[in-house]
Amino acid sequence: MSDSLDAYLVLSGLLFAIGSFGFLARRNAISMLMSIELMLNAVNLAIVAFGAFIPALGGQGSVIALIVIAAAAAEATVGLAIVIAIFRNKKTPLVDEYDSMRQ
Amino acid sequence: MIRKLIPILLALAVMGVVTGVAAIMLVFLGQDWQDALFWILAAVMIGAALLVVTMRDIIRCGLAMMVCFGALAGIYVLIGAPLIAAAQVIVYIGAISVLILFAIMLTQTKDAPSRLVFQTQAVPAAFASIIIAVVIALAVGATDWGAEVKRIRLATEALSRLLFNDFVLPFEIVSVLLLAAVIGGVFLAKREPGGPS
Repeated sequence: MSDSLDAYLVLSGLLFAIGSFGFLARRNAISMLMSIELMLNAVNLAIVAFGAFIPALGGQGSVIALIVIAAAAAEATVGLAIVIAIFRNKKTPLVDEYDSMRQ
Repeated sequence: MIRKLIPILLALAVMGVVTGVAAIMLVFLGQDWQDALFWILAAVMIGAALLVVTMRDIIRCGLAMMVCFGALAGIYVLIGAPLIAAAQVIVYIGAISVLILFAIMLTQTKDAPSRLVFQTQAVPAAFASIIIAVVIALAVGATDWGAEVKRIRLATEALSRLLFNDFVLPFEIVSVLLLAAVIGGVFLAKREPGGPS
C-alpha cells in the first residue's frame, strides 16, 4: 500500500476535502487560515508523491514542494497580519460579523 | 502542577500503546512495516485534520494542526523525501504553527469559543467537500499512470544540485517574495500612532 501512488493521492484528496470543509464552514478567521494551511499541505503531498513515483519528472517534485513551502510561509505571514489588523478595528475574529462593506 | 500533568501523560501513554498495538496487529495481519506505518500515519493525519476543522476551542485546533503536520512529515519520510520532511518540521511545525498560535492569542476574545463554531452553510459545505473527496478518489483510481510508475529516491545532493542549477530563478524569486511578505506583515500589523489601540 505504501508503494502505490494512488494511496498517497487519495490521502492528499481527503486532506484537501477536510481543509475545504473547514474553510467554507468555520466562522473564525484564524480557523479559516488553518484550513488553508491544510489544503496547501494536501497539494504539497500530491506534488511530492508525483515527484517520487514518476521517473519522467526527474525528482523535480521535491524542489517544487520546497518552493511551495516557502510560498505558504509568506501567505501565512500576510494572512495573519491582515487578520490582526482587522481584529484591531472590528474587535471580533468572526468573519460573519465583518459586514461593513455589505451596504 | 504535577497533578495537572498526570491526565496528559496518561493520554499520551494510552495513545502510544494504542498505536503500538495497532502496528503490531497490522504486521501480524501480513503487512510489512512500511504499510503499517503508512496506515498509522495516515490515520493520525486525517484524524488530527478532522479535529482541526471541528473542535470548538481554537487553541486546541492549533495544537491538532501541529500533530497533523508532524504525521505528514512522517509520510514524507515514507515516500522517500527526507529533506521535505525536515523542511516540513522546521517551517510548518516550528514557524507557521507558532505564528498561528500567537495570532490566536492576539485575536481571540473571551467569548469567542462559546459561540457557534460553524457558519450556517456548514451542511452544504460538508456535502461539497465529500463530493470533492469522492471525485478526486475516482479520478485517481481511473487514471492510468503508465507502466513506469516506480519508487525513485532522490538523494539530498542531487536535489540540491537541481535546486541551485535548474531552479535557481524560482529560488531567488521566492527569497524576494519572503522579503516582501515580511515587510507587508510588519506594515499591516503595525499599530498606527494615535489610531485605535
